[in-house]
This record gives sequence, structure tokens and C-alpha cells, in this order.
Amino acid sequence: MQFIQQLIQQLINGITIGAFYSLVALGYTMVYGVLKLINFAHGDMFMWGAYLGLTGFNVALAMVGQAGGWSILPIVIILMLTVALVGVLVERIAYRPLRSAGRLAPVISALGVAFILQSLARNVYGASYKTYPTGITPTGGLSLAGSARVSTMQIIVLITSFLLMGALYLFVQRTRIGTAMRAVSLDHDTSRLMGIDVNRIIAIVFLIGPGLGGVAGMIVALYYGSFDFTLGWSYGLKAFIAAILGGIGNIPGAMLGGMLLGIIETLGAGYLSPQWKDVIAYAILIIILIFRPTGLLGERVAEKV
Amino acid sequence: MTAMTNMNTTPTRLRKINPLWWQIGLVVVSILLPLPLGDYYRTVLWRTGLYTILGLSLNIILGYAGLFQLGHAAFYAIGAYTAGLLNLHFGIPLLLTFPVAVIVSAFFGFIITRPILHLRGDYLCIVTIAFGEVVRLMLVNNLFGITGGANGLSRIARPVLFGLVLRQPIYHYYLMLLFLIITIFAIRRLENSRLGRAWMYVREDQVAAEAMGIDTTHVKLLAFVIGSGWAGLAGALYAGQLTVIAPDMAKFLESVIMFCIVVLGGTGSIPGVFVGAFGMITLPEIFRPLKDWRDAWLGFAMVAMMILRPEGLWPSRRIQMEIHAEEAVATTPE
Repeated sequence: MQFIQQLIQQLINGITIGAFYSLVALGYTMVYGVLKLINFAHGDMFMWGAYLGLTGFNVALAMVGQAGGWSILPIVIILMLTVALVGVLVERIAYRPLRSAGRLAPVISALGVAFILQSLARNVYGASYKTYPTGITPTGGLSLAGSARVSTMQIIVLITSFLLMGALYLFVQRTRIGTAMRAVSLDHDTSRLMGIDVNRIIAIVFLIGPGLGGVAGMIVALYYGSFDFTLGWSYGLKAFIAAILGGIGNIPGAMLGGMLLGIIETLGAGYLSPQWKDVIAYAILIIILIFRPTGLLGERVAEKV
Repeated sequence: MTAMTNMNTTPTRLRKINPLWWQIGLVVVSILLPLPLGDYYRTVLWRTGLYTILGLSLNIILGYAGLFQLGHAAFYAIGAYTAGLLNLHFGIPLLLTFPVAVIVSAFFGFIITRPILHLRGDYLCIVTIAFGEVVRLMLVNNLFGITGGANGLSRIARPVLFGLVLRQPIYHYYLMLLFLIITIFAIRRLENSRLGRAWMYVREDQVAAEAMGIDTTHVKLLAFVIGSGWAGLAGALYAGQLTVIAPDMAKFLESVIMFCIVVLGGTGSIPGVFVGAFGMITLPEIFRPLKDWRDAWLGFAMVAMMILRPEGLWPSRRIQMEIHAEEAVATTPE
């Protein structure tokens, strides 16, 4: 019994962390789909989401006197728009001029943007760990089967992420813009011939990906309570592994990959040793890339975004 | 350096000078350079030279063979740890550990890259990042109980040359310079060898190279093995100067810096690596007071460089022609 309870608890924690990875992985996978570019700056946009959330809550505290409950909504919306705007600007300035410059130049450019975003965060907010004001994170939770518990925060995290991912999936599959996105990810030139404004579609991808990443940053900061400017590197790389695991360029793949990575990592940390957690994640990446570079869902779904 | 005289931008008058004079002149300048400087700037020069060696080693992989290696720092760390461990546990004089450090790093280069050689550009890039991180985490987690965990190794004995203990920064500078000159000599020989031309062929067109009878897997593997071994040499040099080494040597940022040294200077170009090391190592040290904003400027420079001059500041002629040929083809239909 003890073992099963523990296992259930680990799975709940794993799925929660997996939801974060999925949200961030979506940004990587969408950009890779349309541009074939590893957007190394994505992790740092996600990190900016955490910092902007901090500013948002502090402003709300100063103005309204409280920052819990529904006042979260306007903060989330402003934060999402800001990070999305940064994403679009980065694409316009740092990636678009390099679209025909081979594969090396955009990678360096993306690393450069990551440096800029990280350095800005460190200079604006300082290098120390930051914590969100108390009283925002909901407490309490539900007890399941004995000692296993799911906290209110975990429920909120899961519901939010699944709603966001579901909405994105429907958007990509059912709307005109989503169809255009899938077309662009297959072939830029043919899409252009079909009357699709490729630049506009890429801009939309850079609106959605970083927007989702920004929200994920805020939720991660809420969940863990504290973070610093290196959040982008560590989480970004993991989320990227999740994207590869599911099959890069594939949206359901990123969701699946994130969940799987979260669960495997948590189980590994729980049953083997916490300090080997990251090694497990990288080992999965290496094994996947050696034996199945297209990822778990990479081959079955021909259409990629 | 004959590469200098080959540049089409160099005035004809300079081109007529015998390349040997250039080379002797440069060696004399590098010997005299640290003399008027204080210990701090001598160390900065040493660091620049060390990263030039690292850049040259990565240049074999990234520049000549065109393989994206973003985990190069791992081999730098492996070399340093090999030298440090042999010195601490077996009391082997540090200079004698250098060949072992090269061999061990090259061996790791072999076993790590052998299974991933079939991967294309981006995928290769990611796997190398992962391998780099795995090496760092193994060192942090003290895998064999000998690497000292997160604190690394300390009290490595200083290198001793003919009874002279190399303690002053200037001695380390000259030791580094010696190896730098050997490196340049070796790499210039490699560049023009059968193997060097095979690398560039593989970089330009792998299928055509294969059709010409080049064993592409073998050639790529050799690029990784030689490049990794050479990075190990730089690691051993580092261990001798600092006497303290930590797993942070293998962190992703170090690999990124090496990658940028090669690309910003100009992939495949030896003088380019010098320019890159100057830009990534010397300049940030000189502007230390602006340290807080250093990374932001670095990032800005990286983006601007890629947009304005993607072939690098001092490109190899072959790559420059290639990039501009692509542009010419891209613009013709319009």
C-alpha cells in the first residue's frame, strides 16, 4: 500500500512538472516547425514571464492591496501580451534577416538574443533569488487514497495547462491560420504560392509560442516559490528535450514529451537519487536521438507545425 | 601566416613579402607582448591564448568538417581532470600528464561521438549539448568518487620545467605560447593534408564526398577525435596555471563561448579564431568595469555580426566565397 501511495504521489508531481515542460516545449516545437530553428532564446522569454509576473503582483499589491484571486487574470493577460510582443520583435530583428543565411547564423543569433535577455533580467532584477509575495499561491488540497495528496496549486496548474494546450491544438487544427501554419511548416515556397503570407504566419507563431512560455514562467515561479535569472537555461533545455522526445515540430508530441519527461524525471529522482535527475533527462535525449531521431510521434504525423 | 597574404583584401605590396617574415614577426611580437604588462594583463593574455587553442581545436570540428559541436567544453574539462587526477593521485609531474590528457580526451571524443555521427546539423548540435551536460553532472555528482564533486580538485602541483617551477603568470604565458605555436603549425599541416581536404569536402557536400570514395564516417570521427584531444591539451594547461579545477569548466556557457570564438572570427579560418578569442575573451576582460552588461553586449554583437557579416570578421576565403555565392544565387531571380 505504502508503495502504491508513494507511486501515485510521484505521478501527480511528475505530471505537474510535465505540464510546465509541455507548455515551454510547445514554443520550441512551433518555431522549429516553421523555421527549422532551435530558438535558444525561448527559455529566456519563459524566464521573463516569471519576472514580469513578479512585477505584476508587486504592482497589484501596491495598487489594490491584494494580489490573490481574480486580480491574477489581468496580470496574466498583460504578461502574455508583453512576452509575445518580445517574441515577435526578436523574430523581426534577429531571425528574419537570417532566413536565407544557412543554419549556423540563426543559431548564433538565437544564442545572442538569449544572452541579451538573460543579462537584462539580471541587471534589472538583480542576481539573487526572487520570491513571489506571500498569499498568492493557494494552499490546501485534496487527499487521495491515504497519504497521496494533490494540492490546489497542482490542480490549478494542470487545469490551466490542459486548457491552454487544448485551445492551441484546436486552433492549429481547426482554424484558417492554424491550417496556414501547418502549410508553412511543410514548405515556405509552396505556401507562398497558395497565397499564404508566410511572414505573417511566422510572426503569429512567435506571438503564440513565447506567450505560452511567459504564462508557464509565471506558473512555474508560483509553483516553486522562488527563482533566479538562470531559470531559462535550466528549464529551457529540459523543455527542449521534451520537444525532441515527442518529435520536434509536432504539437501533440511536445505535450506528450513534456508529460513523459516530467514523470520519468520525478520517478527517477524519487526511486534512484535526486542528484541524477538531470542526467536521466539528458540520457533520455541521447538515447532517443540515437535510435529514433524523429521522436515518439515524429513519423506517424506527417504534418508538422 | 600565409593565410594573411592570401586575403584578397590585402594590398599587393604586402602580399609580396615572404610569409616567413610575417610568421617570425608575429612570434617576436607575441614573445615581447606581455613584457610591459602587469600580472593581471599577462593572465588575460594567457587566457586569450588558451581560448585560441580551444577555438582552433573546435575549428577542426566546426570549421573544417562542418559538424555542430556545442559541448566542446566537456573535453576541455576531461583533459584538465585527467591531468589533475594523475598529478594528485600518482604524483606524476604535470607536464608529463599532458600527452595522457590528450589521449584520454581523444578517447572520450571517440566513444561519445561514435554513436551520433549519423545525425544531421541541428540534432547533432543538441546531442553534443546533452553530452556536455552529462559530463558536467558526472563530475558534480562525483561519479567515481575521485573527482571531488562540485568543489572539483585543488592543490594540483605547478608544472616544473628543468627544475624551474612555473609560478608566475609570465611563465604560463610562454608555456601556452609554445603549445599555441605547435597547434598552429600542426593545424596548418592538417588543413592542407589529404584529411583536411576530405573534411572540407564533407562539409560542402557529404553525398558527393562519399561518391568520390571518402569514408565520411571515418573522416568525421577523426575530426571529433583530434579536436577533442586538442581541447584536452588546453584543459591540462589550464590545470597547471590555476591549480584548481571545477566541474564548471564543462558548463554549457563555456561551450557557447568556444562556439562563438570560431563563428564570430570566421569558421574554418585560423586568423579568425584569434579575432574571435580577442573579441570573446580579451575585450570583456578589458571592459571589466562594465561587467554587469557584458553579456548583453556580447549578445548584441553576436546578433549584429550574424546579420551584417555572417562569414565572420576574418573569414577563410573558401567560406567567404561560398556565402557570397549563395547570396548571388539567391538574388539572381529577382
